[in-house]
Amino acid sequence: MTYEQMLHFYTEMAYIRAVEQKIADEYKHQEMRCPVHLSIGQEAVPVAVSKCLKSSDHVVSAHRSHAHYLAKGADLNAMICELFGKSDGCAAGKGGSMHLIDMEANVTAAVPIVGSSISIGTGVAFGLKKGGSGQKVAIYFGDGATEEGVFAESLDFASLHNLPALFVCENNFYSVYTSIEQRQASNRNLEKICQGHGIKSFHGDGNNIVEAFELARNAVSYMEDTGKAALLEFTTYRWLEHCGPNWDDHLGYRKAGELKNWMDRCPLTHCLGMLCAFPEHDNGELLRIDEKISAKISDSFKHARKNPFPSSDELFSDVYAEIQL
Amino acid sequence: MSSREITYGEAILEATRQMMLSDDRVMLMGLGVSDPGGIFGTTKGLFDEFGPDRVVETPTAESGVMGIAIGSSLVGMKPIVTHQRVEFSLLSYEQIVNQAAKWNYMTAGKKYVQIVVRLIIGRGWGQGPQHSQSLEPIFAHVPGLKVIAPSSPSDAKGLLAAAINDPNPVVMLEHRWLHQTYGEVSPDLYQQEIGRSKIVHVGTDITIVTYSYMVIEALRAARELANVGVSAEVIDLTSLRPLDFDTIEKSIGKTGTLLTIDNGWSTYGIGAEIVARAASDCFDALKKPPIRLGVADVPIPSTRALANLVYPGFNSIVDSVSSILGRDLSRLKQKSICVEDVPDKSFTGPF
Repeated sequence: MTYEQMLHFYTEMAYIRAVEQKIADEYKHQEMRCPVHLSIGQEAVPVAVSKCLKSSDHVVSAHRSHAHYLAKGADLNAMICELFGKSDGCAAGKGGSMHLIDMEANVTAAVPIVGSSISIGTGVAFGLKKGGSGQKVAIYFGDGATEEGVFAESLDFASLHNLPALFVCENNFYSVYTSIEQRQASNRNLEKICQGHGIKSFHGDGNNIVEAFELARNAVSYMEDTGKAALLEFTTYRWLEHCGPNWDDHLGYRKAGELKNWMDRCPLTHCLGMLCAFPEHDNGELLRIDEKISAKISDSFKHARKNPFPSSDELFSDVYAEIQL
Repeated sequence: MSSREITYGEAILEATRQMMLSDDRVMLMGLGVSDPGGIFGTTKGLFDEFGPDRVVETPTAESGVMGIAIGSSLVGMKPIVTHQRVEFSLLSYEQIVNQAAKWNYMTAGKKYVQIVVRLIIGRGWGQGPQHSQSLEPIFAHVPGLKVIAPSSPSDAKGLLAAAINDPNPVVMLEHRWLHQTYGEVSPDLYQQEIGRSKIVHVGTDITIVTYSYMVIEALRAARELANVGVSAEVIDLTSLRPLDFDTIEKSIGKTGTLLTIDNGWSTYGIGAEIVARAASDCFDALKKPPIRLGVADVPIPSTRALANLVYPGFNSIVDSVSSILGRDLSRLKQKSICVEDVPDKSFTGPF
């Protein structure tokens, strides 16, 4: 791993953390009036995966999509405006936080019906393969989604048709408030589920950016070498509540000490530590990066506040696409 | 070229084939699309002609397959998905309603879902509670979907071709008793506008609004009614969403009366919507309270002894017309074609 690579990782992760933190800080003003599922604590996985994708590759995500969107290089202004419900939003305010899209960055879909994004992503892979352009799609979902029947349906189809689908499971051990132990048999084994469908899977630590990157790179190499689909499973941890800007450890659904243990393994701090171990590292440069990020985010929030709401005549537009004859 | 008579099923096959020839992004997906029967003949021969890349056999996974079809449309494919019974679409309903119907709106027009969902309504031969339902209101209820339910071979061809070419998700309902019916169809490829109803029998005494298979029953009734001096106007909706209410309103203006016939339950049904629209949009034109006919408000039983009591048909149409017009038409009922549990006598089961 070079210093430049580590600096890239740090910059991307710090950017995502800062955006999510800003949303959490500003949420109380009640201008962003849509549910937000923040990714604080889970920044390493999308940065690692995106580093292994080409810009022409697609991303399909679910309800916790901010980090996936940002890591793919999608537009921050359009995202913040969307959260504010403003006209410059990526979906002109009609989608909200759970429907981020960026055509240029190929963030193709984000849908919050758990599991549904998996088959849609598999269909994107099916269409891309038919197009013959060599593009692939990363399909992000959580541990809960692997319990949906459509997960198995999608694995089967991706395996049957050798689709360019990279399934990315961010296992943060909770589906809303319900722990994985309450939902899955103790001897349930995702690797064997994948094996049973003829899908090779790769499993590792999603809070260690270097390990996550190497794992993602191995999976993508495997896909390119074999022309087959693959699955990545990363363990990671959500710090804040399932939906919203607040801490929720006091609710008691997490095990005692669990949050602290995971915060001690903060992916961003870990990345910073590795970066600082390089002799080339420069505190002044890191400070400038942080300042640049902060200024960019601040500009986005200013823009979103000034941006007008969609006009009332937008209500009935786009229910149907127009027929091109 | 001049028209010739082909079946409703052959008309669907012809539209599909011609659209597949005209655009290589059109593909067919579903369990059984390449089977020997070819979805009641509607896909027969396409696998041999277009191969497995265009005619895609699928796993028995309706939800997954619908999501996959939607996903493929997001990157330019134009899939036609078939379920051999409407009921199977309840497994894919999430994808149809939450996903397909919402995409254009929730992306402010950046991504649309160009898919056709072909659903087959069963009836007869004891298919029973889970293979005989006609669930069109649950699709017609949803903005973002278009819903077509043609009754004739020529409408089936033109509307399906238009549906394939439409950048919106279109649900096509095909009644199993229509696949073998004949009608004149042009051999050329043509598209018929979705959302236009048709007056299939002109009349001045009573407006009968229906769609899909019940158009056949309504036309039988209209012909017999004409023999006793009752002039019935039969409107074939052809499309349930968008709904062409203008044609209905004009007809009510002429007749002052309204009888609706659902293919399924009338409670919260297509007829309920039409009667409600009539009450709010042309109340003054109505001289008599409208009647809604539909399948009896029960799950559809298997045994023909009970199933025959469930469906609306010639006799219940005549009864309703008699009630609305205040005329004794009971002698007509003797002429009723006895509808058993098969579409015609040549059919010897099973479906």
